[in-house]
Amino acid sequence: MAELSPALETARLILRGRPAELDAAEVALGFALPREACRSAGVSGRHALWLGPDEWLLLAPAAVADALTAMLEAATAQAPHALVDVSQRQIGLTLSGSDVEETLAAGCPLDLDLKAFPVGMCTRTVLAKAEIVLWRTDEATFHIEVWRSFSAYVRGILEVAGATVS
Amino acid sequence: MLLIACPYCGPRPELEFSHGGEAHIARPEAPADVGADDWGAYLYLRANARGLHAERWRHTHGCARFFNALRDTTTDKFLATYECGQPRPHLGEPS
Ligand SMILES: [Zn+2]
Repeated sequence: MAELSPALETARLILRGRPAELDAAEVALGFALPREACRSAGVSGRHALWLGPDEWLLLAPAAVADALTAMLEAATAQAPHALVDVSQRQIGLTLSGSDVEETLAAGCPLDLDLKAFPVGMCTRTVLAKAEIVLWRTDEATFHIEVWRSFSAYVRGILEVAGATVS
Repeated sequence: MLLIACPYCGPRPELEFSHGGEAHIARPEAPADVGADDWGAYLYLRANARGLHAERWRHTHGCARFFNALRDTTTDKFLATYECGQPRPHLGEPS
């Protein structure tokens, strides 16, 4: 049965702006923002998830949140952008196990086969009646971001689905 | 379930999208200079096409972007999807 566990405490920022004007943000981050749709990039615990053509979800260890925010603010001061701290808006869940695709498929309409949804792919989507961000971090592991008020519902769906498919 | 090709994300399930009404409806540049009839037409008159229809869609539970689509209202078949700001493609029309 796929195992569901809360992800580590994480800092979350939504960065929006025109890709051509975000070079300075990439210098502050230490890696290039993914420009390809539904792909992630990252180094040493900091990750950027493509959510839209001008929107990224940045994840980082909670301990570096303030420093990273300050660096990004300074780096993007001259570029039209939005940088919003959404750390407390949503929570992270990790779902892993050999039947992780079947478990998610109980509520998610996407093709989750490794060929269609490879490691590193990320996207907003739906899980039953809730919106989630789904990110494949490993062949048998997905990271799920869900708004806090939907988290009990999402956990419930995944627990029931996990017990049913196993 | 329909698969709709988001111009940014590719083919995705219908559940992730919301429909946004007819596309290419331009808001009058100077509303104060527009008479009541023209303003009413801008607000309420729609083609309600039987057949090819250009319409707005939003990939709400995906990239969250608006885009336009050309759909046949009699078959529900999508002939094209394209980014906002691009002209309506000429597809499937008698030439
Ligand atoms: Zn999309």
